[in-house]
This record gives sequence, structure tokens and C-alpha cells, in this order.
Amino acid sequence: MAFTRDDIAARLEGAGYIADRDLATALLLMDMLRRPLLIEGEAGVGKTEVAKALADIHATNLIRLQCYEGLDQAAALYEWNYQRQLLAIKAREGGDPEAIEAEIFSERFLLARPLLAAIRQDIAPVLLIDEIYRADEEFEAFLLELLSDFQVSVPELGTIAARAIPRVVLTSNGTRELSDALRRRCLYHHLEYPTQERELRIILARVPGISIALARQVAGMIAALRREELAKIPGVAETLDWARALLGLGVTDIGEDPVSAYDTLTCVLKTQEDRARISREVTDRMVAQVA
Amino acid sequence: MDAGAQMLGRLSGFATTLRDNGFSIGLAEAADAARVLASPLAARPALLGQALRALFCADRQEWQKFDDIFAAYWLARGIRRVRTLSGAAPKQGPRTLRQLAAAGAPQGEPEARQAPQRHGEDGAANPADRRGRREGASAAQTLERMDFRHIADPASLAEAHAAAARLAAVLRTRLARRQRRASSGRRIDIRRSIRASIPHGGTPLELVWRRRRQRPLKLVVLLDASGSMSLYTAVFTRFIHGVMHGFGQADAFLFHTRLVQVSAALRDGDPQRAIERLSLLAEGVGGGTRIGACLAQFVRWHARRSLTSRSVLMIISDGYDTGAPGALGAAMAALRKRCRRIVWLNPMLGWKGYEPVARGMAEALPFVDLFAPAHTLESLQRLEPWFARL
Repeated sequence: MAFTRDDIAARLEGAGYIADRDLATALLLMDMLRRPLLIEGEAGVGKTEVAKALADIHATNLIRLQCYEGLDQAAALYEWNYQRQLLAIKAREGGDPEAIEAEIFSERFLLARPLLAAIRQDIAPVLLIDEIYRADEEFEAFLLELLSDFQVSVPELGTIAARAIPRVVLTSNGTRELSDALRRRCLYHHLEYPTQERELRIILARVPGISIALARQVAGMIAALRREELAKIPGVAETLDWARALLGLGVTDIGEDPVSAYDTLTCVLKTQEDRARISREVTDRMVAQVA
Repeated sequence: MDAGAQMLGRLSGFATTLRDNGFSIGLAEAADAARVLASPLAARPALLGQALRALFCADRQEWQKFDDIFAAYWLARGIRRVRTLSGAAPKQGPRTLRQLAAAGAPQGEPEARQAPQRHGEDGAANPADRRGRREGASAAQTLERMDFRHIADPASLAEAHAAAARLAAVLRTRLARRQRRASSGRRIDIRRSIRASIPHGGTPLELVWRRRRQRPLKLVVLLDASGSMSLYTAVFTRFIHGVMHGFGQADAFLFHTRLVQVSAALRDGDPQRAIERLSLLAEGVGGGTRIGACLAQFVRWHARRSLTSRSVLMIISDGYDTGAPGALGAAMAALRKRCRRIVWLNPMLGWKGYEPVARGMAEALPFVDLFAPAHTLESLQRLEPWFARL
């Protein structure tokens, strides 16, 4: 499926993701050049959501590999189902050893982990390699190999080549410097916190039943909060939580109900320090500005 | 078709400009860029800019400077080189690090710098040699004890630079070796033990252990490059370069009235070139210091990314703060929460009769884990055991 850039932007919007223009361009390039896309940005700017929306617009599966320290091939690529193999050996004791061996190293006993699962799909899936900075450098090198030829060799089975090249999205928040080789292999996109106007559109798209007036106030408040010196800057997920909380409490105008607004800020401020900094007075001042 | 060839020529020129600005662009990227140029994306400059940015950039810094370079090259806005600076523009004229280094060495002969090891027989790359030196009454020994301030002739300065780089290498290997010397196994890895037992017919002869990985430390260095420190800056730059080079997890910042991230420049393998790149970054070095404001800036913009619970923060400064009182203390308190250890190296501490009574220093001291002198090579060497213990 070949889309134009505006097509992609419109479809992303249909999938509930309000993208800025350069992201749509990057996604278009990703299809054109068949390169993975590395998305960097602060926590909560919607990096993971990009992959979900991408799977949505191409109507394919999303396969997610969450990286963590010590992630290895067995957890990322494939592993033999040892318990089943042992059971199979016991059950066929006394049989023809070669036949048993051929059987226990067949695909039935192979546990496909996300990377293998991604290249064995008939329709190209979206492979999300989430928080790649958490994985070790050795894993990065291994990933690089996979991302360049999209084939995996299992010693007992032979080489498994990709049936369809998956669309790969990697996310990172820049805590650890990634290797240059990996960066060069990928397209790069840096996601910022959404502008107030974009955030308004996101709220309207993701929180059904919210009035435009309230959504505008929420977006304004969040923008004001992000300008404060907070220990943890609220992300888009926090914005949506807060909008839903206000909607659930039946608030239609923050200006008329600043108490509820202040009480529900727990959805947005996640450390005690931030909570203390944004006191009732500060909240009232912000409310007065946006209401 | 002629127009197409012309566009390709322009594109390769653009790739060269980007390389000049520190981007690493390989042949594969250039080939892909040619494909982008042939696609409908090339119809509008804005679209082309976005597409090439996604293709050519590899990290945030490049991402931020790309637009300016693109505009300068394709839209002829007249900017050729883009510096990554944070904060306001410098007030005074350019006084670069390189000039500082030259000021430390009155004659400033380039060949002296190119040959840092004047005594060929020294070959002091291994620690045994250095130990031998410390015992005898050689010229090298006096150099180790000599305050950096008093090192004047270019040859000695070059020697001091080389020694600083060597020391940094020792420090680096001590830190890096720790990750290989992991603790022995504590728990049995059941899954892998079963896997290993298959060749033995299911009898677990070989046990596979799980061990806790030791993670290497990350070093973050903040170097004061203000006027009061100018005699030391050149040597410390060299020292930091030695630590940074090849040390995967390290960040370096320079501050005077502003804070500048210099990690990328210092990763350059050739020290002289690294210092040259640094001087481009740090125009305006040598003014007053606003340590408090710079540290606050670090906390606000870089600490979240740079510091982890495994980080050692090394601040090299004399603690003469010309900013508002209180700011330094508050920034240090915030930093204290974010990292494992804070080391403050103060060259003045080695002076006879110096007491850390400067207001800035007094504010910072409660938050510092190790407060050490750093005026001679010997004092830098004494840091080594402390780092090895971490």
C-alpha cells in the first residue's frame, strides 16, 4: 500500500493519533526506503503510540519487544520448549533415536519470541522495539544484524527468512547513548511534547464526549504546567487521564469548579515535590488564565 | 536530465556540509537520499527538509541543528557552521581554549605540542615505569609535583598533558574492568541447566548459574572554564579528554557564565583536534563564573538524561561564584538526589593556607562526597584508589 504524506496524516488521525507533519514524512520514508524508524523523546510524548497507530493504519499486527537489562536471544528471538522436549523424549523412550531427535527439534517445539514471530508473519507486521536504551550493547549489535537481513538462523532447523519485511519502530528516551551503527541504520525522529493546539486535538480525538471548551482549558492548563519547573513533566497520557477524570466528575468548566480541578491534579503531578510546588494558589492562578 | 544531475551534485555537496558539521553520513544514506530526491518528496523544500532530516540525523543534537544547516545550504540563508550553545550569546570577543593553551605556553610552538613525549626512553605507558619515576629525583618527578600554574615552557606543558592523558587512561581501565570481574553465581538458572542436561540424557551434570551483572559507572564531568581557572583549563581539558575517549558512558560539560555540552567534541580521538573543536564550542571562555546558575541549568536541562543512580559527578572548579547566593546550594541539593557520588576537585585546595571559605564553596561542601585538591598530577593520581573502590 503506497500512501502520500497527507494520506498518512489523515489515516493516523483516523486511528486516534494526531501527528505533526514531519512524523508523517518520516513514516512515508520508512515505507519508501525500508529502514527502521528510531523515535526519541521525553517520557510521555507518545512514542509507543506511534507504533500502535501505524499498525492500525496498515491493518496489521503489532508485535512488541519490551527491552530490559539482560535481555538475551532466548527472550527476544526464540527458545526451544525444553519441558515439552523432555516429555516427548520420555514418552517415546525406546523408539528410534533419530526420529525422536528430528521430532523434538521441529517447529512444533520452537517457542517464537517477538523477533522471530515478527519475521514469520505473512502480512508485514509492525515490530515495536520499545525502550531500546534499556537493553545491553551486545543486544544492540545483535539487533543490527537482524535489522539488516531480516533472517534468523536456528542451528537445529536452518535459516528462517522473513516472509514479509516488518515495519520496525524503535523507541528511546536518550538515557543511554545508542551505538552509532544502530543510529545510522535507522531513520530518526525526535518527538517533542505536543503544542497546545495539537494537544487539544489529541484530547478531542481520544476522550469521547468531552466539550471543546473543557478540552481547551485542559490543554491550556497542561501547557502552563509544562512551563513550571516540575520534577516530572506531565506527558500526553497524564493529560488524557486528567481530561477523563474531569469528565467523569461532571466538570464542564474548570473556572467554575477550581476545587475539583485542584483535587484531580493527582492525575498529572506524580511526585510529592511537584504536588507541593503547584499549590492551591498556583492552580487558581493558572485556572484564571485559561478559563 | 541535466537538472537531475545538477540536483545530485548539490545533494552530495550538502552531505559534505553535514559531515563538516559533525554528522556521520555513509554511502548507504547518500544513496537513499538520492532516492528521496527522485521521489515526489523533492517537489517542495519543506518536505525535502523533513525527509532528509529523518534520514541524516542520528541524535537530538543533530536533529536540532539540521534545520539551520539545511536552510543555509538549500535556501542560501548564509550560515555555514552551527554551534550548539545553550544560554545567551557571549558578550566578549572570542577567546578560545586553544588560545588559552597557547597562553600557558608563551612560545606556543606547534611542534612541541605534536611531540608530547620528548624523552623517548620514558615510554611511561605502564605503571611500573611511573612508580620507578616517583622514587628517583628525575625531572619527571618534579613535574608530577609541580603546580600546573608554574608549568610554563611548552615542552613541560606537553609533558604534563601526556601525563594527564595517561593517568586518565589508568582511571578509565580501572573503572571499566569492574564489569568483567562479575561476582560468581548465586542462583541456578533452571532453564539453561535443563538445556545443558539434554546431552547427558536429562541428568543435570552441568549447572548453569545466574549472576548479578555489575554495571560500569558513568562519569559526568563539569569543568569550570572561567577566568580564575584559566591556568588550569588546558590541562584539565586534556585530562577529561583522556577519560572520555573510549569511555562509553561519560558526559562532559564546560561552564563559565553559560553551560556548554562538550561530550561530542571530546570524543574525538585526536586530543589536539578535540581541543580545537572544543574551542569552537566554547567561545567566551574565561569570563566570570556563575556556578550556581550553570549547575541549575544542568539540573534543568541535562541532569534527567545524563545522571543515573550509577553516575559519579565530577565538578572541577575553584568555587568562586559570582552569581546570586543560595543558587549553588539549591542546585547541589538537587544534584545530590540524582547521582551516586559527587566529587569536587579544587585546584586551590593544594595551595598552602587555602581554606574553602569562598561563599560558593561553603554552600556546595555539605553535598560533596569527596573534596580533593587537583593542582598537580600527583594529586590527580591519588584519586585513583577512591574511584576503584566505588
